[in-house]
Amino acid sequence: MQPFAFITVTGEQAARQAAAYPDARYLAGGTTLIDLMKLNVERPSTVVDINAVPLAAISELPDGTVRVGAMVRNSDMAHHPLVRDRYPLISQAILAGASGQIRNMATTAGNLLQRTRCYYFRDTTMRCNKREPGTGCAAIDGYNRIHAVLGTSEHCIATHPSDLCVALAAVDATVRVVGSKGARAVPFGEFHVLPDERPERETALEPGELIVAVDLPPLPFARRSVYVKVRDRASYAFALASAAVALDLSGGVIRQARVALGGIATRPWRAHEAELLLEGREASVEMYRQAADAALAAAIPRRHNAFKIELARRTLVRALSRAEALS
Amino acid sequence: MTHMRSTSSVLVDVELLVNGRRLPLALDPRVTLLDALREHLGLTGTKKGCDHGQCGACTVHLDGRRILSCLTLAASASGREITTIEGLADGDRLHPMQQAFIDHDGFQCGYCTSGQIMSAVALLDEPCGPGEADVRECMSGNICRCGAYPGIVAAVQAVRQGRG
Repeated sequence: MQPFAFITVTGEQAARQAAAYPDARYLAGGTTLIDLMKLNVERPSTVVDINAVPLAAISELPDGTVRVGAMVRNSDMAHHPLVRDRYPLISQAILAGASGQIRNMATTAGNLLQRTRCYYFRDTTMRCNKREPGTGCAAIDGYNRIHAVLGTSEHCIATHPSDLCVALAAVDATVRVVGSKGARAVPFGEFHVLPDERPERETALEPGELIVAVDLPPLPFARRSVYVKVRDRASYAFALASAAVALDLSGGVIRQARVALGGIATRPWRAHEAELLLEGREASVEMYRQAADAALAAAIPRRHNAFKIELARRTLVRALSRAEALS
Repeated sequence: MTHMRSTSSVLVDVELLVNGRRLPLALDPRVTLLDALREHLGLTGTKKGCDHGQCGACTVHLDGRRILSCLTLAASASGREITTIEGLADGDRLHPMQQAFIDHDGFQCGYCTSGQIMSAVALLDEPCGPGEADVRECMSGNICRCGAYPGIVAAVQAVRQGRG
Protein backbone atom coordinates (compact mmCIF):
# COMPACT_ATOMS: atom_id res chain seq x y z
CA MET A 1 0.00 0.00 0.00
CA GLN A 2 1.30 3.46 -0.92
CA PRO A 3 1.75 6.00 1.87
CA PHE A 4 -1.01 8.57 2.24
CA ALA A 5 -2.10 11.42 4.48
CA PHE A 6 -5.05 10.53 6.71
CA ILE A 7 -7.59 13.24 7.50
CA THR A 8 -10.69 12.85 9.64
CA VAL A 9 -13.52 15.30 9.06
CA THR A 10 -16.82 15.83 10.83
CA GLY A 11 -18.70 17.98 8.29
CA GLU A 12 -19.53 18.10 4.60
CA GLN A 13 -17.64 21.32 3.97
CA ALA A 14 -14.45 20.10 5.63
CA ALA A 15 -14.75 16.88 3.66
CA ARG A 16 -14.90 18.72 0.35
CA GLN A 17 -11.99 20.98 1.32
CA ALA A 18 -9.82 17.99 2.17
CA ALA A 19 -10.88 16.21 -1.00
CA ALA A 20 -9.50 19.09 -3.07
CA TYR A 21 -6.02 17.55 -2.76
CA PRO A 22 -5.03 15.79 -5.98
CA ASP A 23 -5.79 12.07 -5.84
CA ALA A 24 -7.71 12.35 -2.58
CA ARG A 25 -10.34 9.71 -1.80
CA TYR A 26 -13.24 9.72 0.60
CA LEU A 27 -13.21 6.78 3.01
CA ALA A 28 -16.62 5.48 4.07
CA GLY A 29 -17.01 1.74 4.72
CA GLY A 30 -13.68 1.01 3.05
CA THR A 31 -14.78 -2.34 1.65
CA THR A 32 -13.76 -1.36 -1.89
CA LEU A 33 -11.16 1.34 -1.26
CA ILE A 34 -8.95 -0.42 1.30
CA ASP A 35 -9.08 -3.65 -0.70
CA LEU A 36 -7.93 -1.85 -3.87
CA MET A 37 -5.29 0.14 -1.97
CA LYS A 38 -3.76 -3.14 -0.81
CA LEU A 39 -3.59 -4.21 -4.47
CA ASN A 40 -2.05 -0.85 -5.45
CA VAL A 41 -4.95 -0.34 -7.84
CA GLU A 42 -5.97 2.69 -5.77
CA ARG A 43 -3.08 4.93 -4.73
CA PRO A 44 -4.60 7.99 -3.07
CA SER A 45 -2.37 10.81 -1.79
CA THR A 46 -4.93 11.61 0.87
CA VAL A 47 -7.63 9.55 2.54
CA VAL A 48 -10.48 11.66 3.90
CA ASP A 49 -12.37 9.68 6.55
CA ILE A 50 -16.03 10.79 6.39
CA ASN A 51 -17.38 8.28 8.92
CA ALA A 52 -18.03 11.08 11.42
CA VAL A 53 -20.00 13.20 8.93
CA PRO A 54 -23.65 13.01 10.04
CA LEU A 55 -25.23 11.55 6.90
CA ALA A 56 -26.60 8.29 8.29
CA ALA A 57 -30.33 9.00 8.58
CA ILE A 58 -33.28 7.58 6.65
CA SER A 59 -36.27 9.91 6.54
CA GLU A 60 -39.51 10.48 4.67
CA LEU A 61 -40.02 13.83 2.93
CA PRO A 62 -43.47 15.52 2.78
CA ASP A 63 -44.01 14.29 -0.83
CA GLY A 64 -43.41 10.68 0.19
CA THR A 65 -39.82 10.49 -1.06
CA VAL A 66 -37.63 8.31 1.13
CA ARG A 67 -34.25 9.98 1.65
CA VAL A 68 -31.39 7.61 2.46
CA GLY A 69 -28.28 9.31 3.82
CA ALA A 70 -25.00 8.62 2.07
CA MET A 71 -23.47 7.02 5.17
CA VAL A 72 -26.38 4.69 5.98
CA ARG A 73 -24.89 1.20 6.25
CA ASN A 74 -26.25 -1.36 3.79
CA SER A 75 -27.61 -3.55 6.60
CA ASP A 76 -29.50 -0.60 8.12
CA MET A 77 -30.97 0.33 4.74
CA ALA A 78 -32.08 -3.24 4.01
CA HIS A 79 -33.88 -3.61 7.33
CA HIS A 80 -35.39 -0.11 7.63
CA PRO A 81 -39.22 -0.36 7.60
CA LEU A 82 -39.59 2.41 4.97
CA VAL A 83 -37.28 0.55 2.58
CA ARG A 84 -38.30 -3.00 3.47
CA ASP A 85 -42.06 -2.36 3.14
CA ARG A 86 -42.17 0.08 0.21
CA TYR A 87 -39.24 -1.17 -1.87
CA PRO A 88 -38.81 -4.92 -1.27
CA LEU A 89 -36.59 -5.16 -4.37
CA ILE A 90 -34.07 -2.84 -2.70
CA SER A 91 -33.98 -4.79 0.59
CA GLN A 92 -33.67 -8.06 -1.30
CA ALA A 93 -30.90 -6.71 -3.55
CA ILE A 94 -28.84 -5.55 -0.59
CA LEU A 95 -29.29 -8.80 1.34
CA ALA A 96 -28.33 -10.81 -1.76
CA GLY A 97 -24.95 -9.06 -1.81
CA ALA A 98 -21.72 -9.46 0.13
CA SER A 99 -21.83 -10.80 3.72
CA GLY A 100 -23.24 -9.72 7.07
CA GLN A 101 -19.91 -8.15 8.03
CA ILE A 102 -19.51 -6.24 4.77
CA ARG A 103 -23.12 -5.00 4.84
CA ASN A 104 -22.45 -3.59 8.32
CA MET A 105 -19.54 -1.58 6.88
CA ALA A 106 -20.55 -0.65 3.33
CA THR A 107 -22.54 2.54 2.83
CA THR A 108 -25.22 3.71 0.42
CA ALA A 109 -22.92 6.14 -1.39
CA GLY A 110 -20.01 3.72 -1.34
CA ASN A 111 -22.13 1.08 -3.02
CA LEU A 112 -22.73 3.46 -5.93
CA LEU A 113 -18.96 3.83 -6.29
CA GLN A 114 -18.03 0.14 -6.07
CA ARG A 115 -15.38 -0.84 -8.59
CA THR A 116 -15.59 -3.75 -10.97
CA ARG A 117 -14.39 -7.24 -10.03
CA CYS A 118 -12.71 -7.66 -13.45
CA TYR A 119 -9.58 -9.73 -12.73
CA TYR A 120 -7.50 -7.60 -15.10
CA PHE A 121 -8.57 -4.35 -13.43
CA ARG A 122 -7.55 -5.75 -10.03
CA ASP A 123 -4.13 -6.98 -11.21
CA THR A 124 -1.61 -4.20 -11.83
CA THR A 125 0.54 -6.47 -14.03
CA MET A 126 -2.26 -6.63 -16.62
CA ARG A 127 -3.37 -4.19 -19.30
CA CYS A 128 -6.50 -2.28 -18.34
CA ASN A 129 -7.95 0.88 -19.88
CA LYS A 130 -9.95 1.56 -16.75
CA ARG A 131 -6.94 1.44 -14.43
CA GLU A 132 -4.27 2.74 -16.81
CA PRO A 133 -5.97 4.60 -19.69
CA GLY A 134 -4.61 3.72 -23.11
CA THR A 135 -2.97 0.39 -22.16
CA GLY A 136 -5.67 -1.76 -23.77
CA CYS A 137 -8.16 -4.29 -22.43
CA ALA A 138 -6.82 -7.71 -21.45
CA ALA A 139 -10.33 -9.01 -20.81
CA ILE A 140 -11.74 -8.72 -24.34
CA ASP A 141 -9.46 -11.49 -25.59
CA GLY A 142 -8.76 -12.98 -22.17
CA TYR A 143 -10.75 -15.05 -19.71
CA ASN A 144 -14.02 -13.15 -19.69
CA ARG A 145 -16.58 -15.45 -18.09
CA ILE A 146 -17.68 -12.82 -15.54
CA HIS A 147 -17.67 -9.92 -17.99
CA ALA A 148 -20.46 -7.80 -19.44
CA VAL A 149 -22.55 -8.48 -22.54
CA LEU A 150 -24.44 -5.15 -22.51
CA GLY A 151 -23.05 -1.62 -22.59
CA THR A 152 -19.56 -2.72 -23.54
CA SER A 153 -17.12 -0.92 -25.80
CA GLU A 154 -13.97 -2.00 -27.62
CA HIS A 155 -12.08 -0.44 -24.69
CA CYS A 156 -13.79 -2.12 -21.72
CA ILE A 157 -16.15 -5.00 -20.92
CA ALA A 158 -15.97 -4.80 -17.12
CA THR A 159 -19.18 -5.68 -15.26
CA HIS A 160 -20.67 -3.26 -12.73
CA PRO A 161 -20.74 -5.37 -9.55
CA SER A 162 -23.49 -3.79 -7.45
CA ASP A 163 -26.79 -5.45 -6.54
CA LEU A 164 -28.25 -2.39 -4.80
CA CYS A 165 -27.65 -0.20 -7.86
CA VAL A 166 -29.74 -2.52 -10.03
CA ALA A 167 -32.73 -1.98 -7.73
CA LEU A 168 -32.06 1.77 -7.55
CA ALA A 169 -32.05 1.93 -11.36
CA ALA A 170 -35.44 0.20 -11.41
CA VAL A 171 -37.07 2.69 -9.03
CA ASP A 172 -35.57 5.81 -10.68
CA ALA A 173 -33.65 6.95 -7.61
CA THR A 174 -31.98 10.36 -7.48
CA VAL A 175 -28.39 10.89 -6.28
CA ARG A 176 -27.91 14.08 -4.27
CA VAL A 177 -24.38 15.50 -4.39
CA VAL A 178 -22.62 18.62 -3.17
CA GLY A 179 -19.52 20.17 -4.72
CA SER A 180 -17.67 23.43 -5.13
CA LYS A 181 -20.46 24.68 -7.41
CA GLY A 182 -23.17 23.83 -4.91
CA ALA A 183 -25.73 21.06 -4.60
CA ARG A 184 -27.21 19.13 -7.51
CA ALA A 185 -29.43 16.13 -8.13
CA VAL A 186 -28.35 13.44 -10.58
CA PRO A 187 -31.02 11.06 -11.96
CA PHE A 188 -29.86 7.49 -11.32
CA GLY A 189 -29.91 6.68 -15.02
CA GLU A 190 -27.32 9.38 -15.62
CA PHE A 191 -25.12 8.64 -12.62
CA HIS A 192 -23.15 5.70 -14.05
CA VAL A 193 -21.72 6.27 -17.52
CA LEU A 194 -20.92 3.78 -20.26
CA PRO A 195 -17.24 2.97 -20.81
CA ASP A 196 -17.15 4.09 -24.49
CA GLU A 197 -13.76 5.72 -25.14
CA ARG A 198 -13.03 6.50 -21.48
CA PRO A 199 -13.56 3.51 -19.21
CA GLU A 200 -11.63 5.24 -16.42
CA ARG A 201 -14.60 7.56 -15.98
CA GLU A 202 -17.39 5.62 -14.29
CA THR A 203 -19.79 8.20 -12.91
CA ALA A 204 -21.11 11.71 -13.48
CA LEU A 205 -19.38 12.92 -10.29
CA GLU A 206 -16.99 15.85 -10.65
CA PRO A 207 -13.68 15.78 -8.74
CA GLY A 208 -14.26 16.45 -5.04
CA GLU A 209 -18.04 16.11 -5.22
CA LEU A 210 -19.57 14.31 -2.26
CA ILE A 211 -22.70 12.17 -2.37
CA VAL A 212 -24.92 13.20 0.54
CA ALA A 213 -28.07 11.12 -0.07
CA VAL A 214 -29.99 8.85 -2.39
CA ASP A 215 -33.68 9.69 -2.82
CA LEU A 216 -36.24 6.96 -3.50
CA PRO A 217 -39.30 8.48 -5.21
CA PRO A 218 -42.81 7.37 -4.23
CA LEU A 219 -43.62 4.26 -6.26
CA PRO A 220 -46.67 2.53 -4.76
CA PHE A 221 -46.49 -0.52 -7.02
CA ALA A 222 -42.90 -1.20 -5.90
CA ARG A 223 -44.55 -3.06 -3.01
CA ARG A 224 -44.99 -5.76 -5.65
CA SER A 225 -41.33 -6.14 -6.51
CA VAL A 226 -38.52 -8.68 -6.36
CA TYR A 227 -34.79 -9.03 -6.84
CA VAL A 228 -33.58 -12.33 -8.26
CA LYS A 229 -29.86 -13.09 -8.32
CA VAL A 230 -28.04 -16.02 -9.92
CA ARG A 231 -24.44 -16.75 -8.87
CA ASP A 232 -21.82 -19.47 -8.72
CA ARG A 233 -22.33 -20.06 -4.97
CA ALA A 234 -25.54 -20.07 -2.94
CA SER A 235 -24.37 -16.97 -1.06
CA TYR A 236 -21.53 -14.45 -0.83
CA ALA A 237 -20.77 -14.20 -4.54
CA PHE A 238 -21.19 -11.57 -7.23
CA ALA A 239 -24.07 -11.93 -9.68
CA LEU A 240 -23.66 -13.79 -12.94
CA ALA A 241 -27.07 -12.35 -13.74
CA SER A 242 -29.71 -10.58 -11.69
CA ALA A 243 -33.02 -8.84 -12.23
CA ALA A 244 -34.89 -6.17 -10.25
CA VAL A 245 -38.55 -6.01 -11.18
CA ALA A 246 -41.66 -4.15 -10.06
CA LEU A 247 -45.09 -4.70 -11.59
CA ASP A 248 -48.27 -2.63 -11.48
CA LEU A 249 -50.94 -5.24 -12.23
CA SER A 250 -54.66 -4.68 -12.59
CA GLY A 251 -57.01 -7.48 -13.59
CA GLY A 252 -54.18 -9.47 -15.06
CA VAL A 253 -53.00 -6.54 -17.19
CA ILE A 254 -49.61 -4.91 -16.67
CA ARG A 255 -50.18 -1.19 -16.28
CA GLN A 256 -46.57 -0.32 -15.50
CA ALA A 257 -43.37 -2.31 -15.27
CA ARG A 258 -39.91 -1.54 -13.99
CA VAL A 259 -37.10 -3.79 -15.14
CA ALA A 260 -33.37 -3.56 -14.43
CA LEU A 261 -30.61 -6.13 -14.88
CA GLY A 262 -27.33 -6.74 -13.08
CA GLY A 263 -24.21 -8.87 -13.46
CA ILE A 264 -24.27 -8.60 -17.24
CA ALA A 265 -23.66 -4.93 -18.02
CA THR A 266 -21.02 -2.24 -17.62
CA ARG A 267 -23.40 -0.21 -15.52
CA PRO A 268 -26.65 -0.91 -13.64
CA TRP A 269 -28.86 -1.76 -16.61
CA ARG A 270 -32.37 -0.35 -16.91
CA ALA A 271 -34.25 -2.35 -19.57
CA HIS A 272 -36.66 0.22 -21.01
CA GLU A 273 -37.29 -1.95 -24.08
CA ALA A 274 -38.65 -4.72 -21.87
CA GLU A 275 -40.84 -2.28 -19.94
CA LEU A 276 -42.38 -0.84 -23.12
CA LEU A 277 -43.17 -4.31 -24.36
CA LEU A 278 -44.85 -5.34 -21.10
CA GLU A 279 -46.95 -2.26 -20.45
CA GLY A 280 -50.59 -2.56 -21.45
CA ARG A 281 -50.29 -6.30 -22.08
CA GLU A 282 -51.74 -9.27 -20.26
CA ALA A 283 -49.32 -10.83 -17.83
CA SER A 284 -48.06 -14.20 -19.09
CA VAL A 285 -44.86 -16.19 -19.20
CA GLU A 286 -44.87 -15.81 -22.99
CA MET A 287 -44.91 -12.01 -22.60
CA TYR A 288 -42.08 -12.25 -20.06
CA ARG A 289 -40.02 -14.27 -22.55
CA GLN A 290 -40.58 -11.63 -25.22
CA ALA A 291 -39.61 -8.91 -22.77
CA ALA A 292 -36.46 -10.82 -21.84
CA ASP A 293 -35.56 -11.23 -25.51
CA ALA A 294 -35.98 -7.48 -25.98
CA ALA A 295 -33.85 -6.71 -22.92
CA LEU A 296 -30.96 -8.83 -24.23
CA ALA A 297 -31.36 -8.05 -27.94
CA ALA A 298 -28.27 -5.84 -28.05
CA ALA A 299 -26.06 -8.25 -26.08
CA ILE A 300 -22.58 -8.96 -27.45
CA PRO A 301 -21.13 -12.29 -26.29
CA ARG A 302 -17.39 -12.88 -25.84
CA ARG A 303 -15.50 -16.14 -25.77
CA HIS A 304 -16.47 -17.27 -22.24
CA ASN A 305 -19.60 -15.32 -21.34
CA ALA A 306 -22.18 -16.17 -24.03
CA PHE A 307 -24.01 -18.26 -21.43
CA LYS A 308 -24.91 -15.08 -19.58
CA ILE A 309 -27.35 -14.00 -22.30
CA GLU A 310 -29.64 -17.00 -21.83
CA LEU A 311 -29.03 -16.95 -18.06
CA ALA A 312 -30.10 -13.29 -17.87
CA ARG A 313 -33.21 -14.00 -19.97
CA ARG A 314 -34.29 -16.81 -17.68
CA THR A 315 -33.45 -14.77 -14.58
CA LEU A 316 -35.69 -11.96 -15.83
CA VAL A 317 -38.55 -14.33 -16.70
CA ARG A 318 -38.29 -15.82 -13.20
CA ALA A 319 -38.28 -12.37 -11.59
CA LEU A 320 -41.34 -11.24 -13.55
CA SER A 321 -43.18 -14.47 -12.71
CA ARG A 322 -42.37 -14.07 -9.02
CA ALA A 323 -43.49 -10.44 -9.01
CA GLU A 324 -46.77 -11.43 -10.67
CA ALA A 325 -47.35 -14.11 -8.04
CA LEU A 326 -47.13 -11.57 -5.20
CA SER A 327 -50.49 -10.31 -4.02
CA MET B 1 -0.84 24.76 2.26
CA THR B 2 1.46 22.37 0.41
CA HIS B 3 0.65 18.74 0.07
CA MET B 4 3.14 16.45 -1.63
CA ARG B 5 3.14 12.72 -2.00
CA SER B 6 5.59 11.37 0.55
CA THR B 7 7.44 8.07 0.55
CA SER B 8 6.55 7.40 4.16
CA SER B 9 3.47 8.18 6.16
CA VAL B 10 3.27 10.56 9.07
CA LEU B 11 2.14 8.69 12.17
CA VAL B 12 -1.36 9.35 13.43
CA ASP B 13 -2.51 9.20 17.03
CA VAL B 14 -5.06 6.47 17.50
CA GLU B 15 -6.93 5.42 20.63
CA LEU B 16 -8.32 1.93 20.37
CA LEU B 17 -10.92 0.80 22.91
CA VAL B 18 -10.40 -2.95 22.86
CA ASN B 19 -12.32 -5.29 25.16
CA GLY B 20 -12.92 -2.43 27.59
CA ARG B 21 -9.30 -1.25 27.64
CA ARG B 22 -8.20 2.16 26.35
CA LEU B 23 -5.04 1.73 24.26
CA PRO B 24 -3.32 4.79 22.78
CA LEU B 25 -1.06 4.10 19.78
CA ALA B 26 0.89 6.13 17.21
CA LEU B 27 0.40 4.32 13.91
CA ASP B 28 1.21 4.58 10.24
CA PRO B 29 -2.24 5.33 8.73
CA ARG B 30 -1.82 2.28 6.49
CA VAL B 31 -2.11 -0.06 9.49
CA THR B 32 -5.37 -1.96 9.41
CA LEU B 33 -7.34 -2.69 12.56
CA LEU B 34 -6.38 -6.34 12.06
CA ASP B 35 -2.64 -5.59 12.05
CA ALA B 36 -3.00 -3.16 14.95
CA LEU B 37 -4.66 -5.88 17.04
CA ARG B 38 -2.17 -8.60 16.11
CA GLU B 39 1.13 -6.80 15.64
CA HIS B 40 0.83 -3.78 17.94
CA LEU B 41 -1.37 -5.07 20.76
CA GLY B 42 -0.45 -8.77 20.72
CA LEU B 43 -4.08 -9.84 20.40
CA THR B 44 -3.47 -12.71 17.98
CA GLY B 45 -6.84 -14.40 18.45
CA THR B 46 -8.13 -12.43 15.47
CA LYS B 47 -6.77 -14.17 12.38
CA LYS B 48 -5.52 -12.98 9.01
CA GLY B 49 -6.82 -15.20 6.23
CA CYS B 50 -7.21 -13.57 2.82
CA ASP B 51 -6.62 -9.98 4.02
CA HIS B 52 -9.10 -8.86 1.30
CA GLY B 53 -12.53 -9.23 2.86
CA GLN B 54 -13.31 -12.59 1.32
CA CYS B 55 -12.91 -15.10 4.18
CA GLY B 56 -14.20 -13.63 7.45
CA ALA B 57 -11.30 -14.87 9.62
CA CYS B 58 -10.63 -11.30 10.83
CA THR B 59 -14.19 -10.63 12.05
CA VAL B 60 -14.44 -8.45 15.18
CA HIS B 61 -17.18 -6.25 16.64
CA LEU B 62 -17.06 -2.49 16.13
CA ASP B 63 -19.59 -0.59 18.24
CA GLY B 64 -21.38 -3.91 18.81
CA ARG B 65 -21.62 -4.97 15.17
CA ARG B 66 -19.54 -7.51 13.28
CA ILE B 67 -17.14 -6.08 10.72
CA LEU B 68 -13.98 -7.11 8.88
CA SER B 69 -10.86 -5.79 10.60
CA CYS B 70 -8.73 -6.38 7.48
CA LEU B 71 -10.67 -3.75 5.50
CA THR B 72 -10.83 -1.27 8.39
CA LEU B 73 -8.03 1.21 9.00
CA ALA B 74 -7.06 1.35 12.67
CA ALA B 75 -7.15 5.16 12.45
CA SER B 76 -10.74 4.94 11.29
CA ALA B 77 -11.66 2.82 14.34
CA SER B 78 -10.16 5.31 16.79
CA GLY B 79 -12.43 6.02 19.75
CA ARG B 80 -14.91 3.30 18.84
CA GLU B 81 -15.60 0.19 20.90
CA ILE B 82 -13.88 -2.94 19.63
CA THR B 83 -14.53 -6.47 20.87
CA THR B 84 -12.27 -9.35 19.84
CA ILE B 85 -12.41 -13.06 20.62
CA GLU B 86 -10.24 -12.35 23.69
CA GLY B 87 -13.05 -10.18 25.07
CA LEU B 88 -15.86 -12.74 24.98
CA ALA B 89 -15.12 -14.96 27.97
CA ASP B 90 -15.82 -13.88 31.52
CA GLY B 91 -12.57 -14.89 33.19
CA ASP B 92 -12.37 -18.67 32.85
CA ARG B 93 -16.06 -18.92 31.94
CA LEU B 94 -16.44 -19.21 28.19
CA HIS B 95 -19.09 -17.31 26.29
CA PRO B 96 -21.99 -19.71 25.55
CA MET B 97 -21.09 -19.58 21.84
CA GLN B 98 -17.50 -20.60 22.55
CA GLN B 99 -18.73 -23.52 24.65
CA ALA B 100 -21.24 -24.50 21.95
CA PHE B 101 -18.50 -24.62 19.30
CA ILE B 102 -16.63 -27.08 21.52
CA ASP B 103 -19.73 -29.13 22.33
CA HIS B 104 -20.84 -29.38 18.68
CA ASP B 105 -17.47 -29.87 16.96
CA GLY B 106 -17.69 -26.46 15.28
CA PHE B 107 -14.09 -26.55 14.09
CA GLN B 108 -11.22 -28.73 12.96
CA CYS B 109 -7.98 -26.77 12.42
CA GLY B 110 -9.37 -23.76 14.27
CA TYR B 111 -7.98 -21.01 12.05
CA CYS B 112 -11.36 -19.58 11.04
CA THR B 113 -12.91 -20.22 14.46
CA SER B 114 -12.48 -16.85 16.15
CA GLY B 115 -14.05 -15.16 13.12
CA GLN B 116 -16.84 -17.74 13.07
CA ILE B 117 -17.56 -17.18 16.77
CA MET B 118 -17.48 -13.39 16.49
CA SER B 119 -19.93 -13.60 13.58
CA ALA B 120 -22.13 -16.08 15.44
CA VAL B 121 -22.29 -13.92 18.57
CA ALA B 122 -23.24 -10.85 16.50
CA LEU B 123 -25.87 -12.87 14.66
CA LEU B 124 -27.76 -13.34 17.94
CA ASP B 125 -28.73 -9.64 17.74
CA GLU B 126 -29.46 -9.57 13.99
CA PRO B 127 -32.74 -10.20 12.13
CA CYS B 128 -31.79 -13.73 11.06
CA GLY B 129 -34.57 -16.26 10.38
CA PRO B 130 -35.03 -19.30 12.64
CA GLY B 131 -33.95 -22.15 10.35
CA GLU B 132 -30.64 -23.82 9.60
CA ALA B 133 -30.74 -22.38 6.07
CA ASP B 134 -31.07 -18.91 7.60
CA VAL B 135 -27.99 -19.51 9.74
CA ARG B 136 -26.02 -20.68 6.72
CA GLU B 137 -26.99 -17.53 4.83
CA CYS B 138 -26.20 -15.23 7.76
CA MET B 139 -22.85 -16.96 8.29
CA SER B 140 -21.86 -17.05 4.60
CA GLY B 141 -19.18 -14.42 5.12
CA ASN B 142 -17.12 -16.86 7.19
CA ILE B 143 -15.36 -19.53 5.17
CA CYS B 144 -14.22 -22.80 6.80
CA ARG B 145 -11.95 -24.78 4.50
CA CYS B 146 -12.00 -27.76 6.85
CA GLY B 147 -15.72 -27.90 6.17
CA ALA B 148 -16.89 -27.82 9.77
CA TYR B 149 -20.13 -26.16 8.70
CA PRO B 150 -22.56 -28.78 10.13
CA GLY B 151 -21.01 -28.35 13.58
CA ILE B 152 -20.95 -24.57 13.27
CA VAL B 153 -24.65 -24.43 12.33
CA ALA B 154 -25.48 -26.82 15.18
CA ALA B 155 -23.56 -24.65 17.65
CA VAL B 156 -25.29 -21.45 16.53
CA GLN B 157 -28.72 -23.09 16.66
CA ALA B 158 -28.04 -24.54 20.11
CA VAL B 159 -27.26 -21.10 21.53
CA ARG B 160 -30.16 -19.43 19.70
CA GLN B 161 -32.57 -22.06 21.00
CA GLY B 162 -31.27 -21.78 24.55
CA ARG B 163 -29.68 -25.22 24.50
CA GLY B 164 -26.19 -23.69 24.60
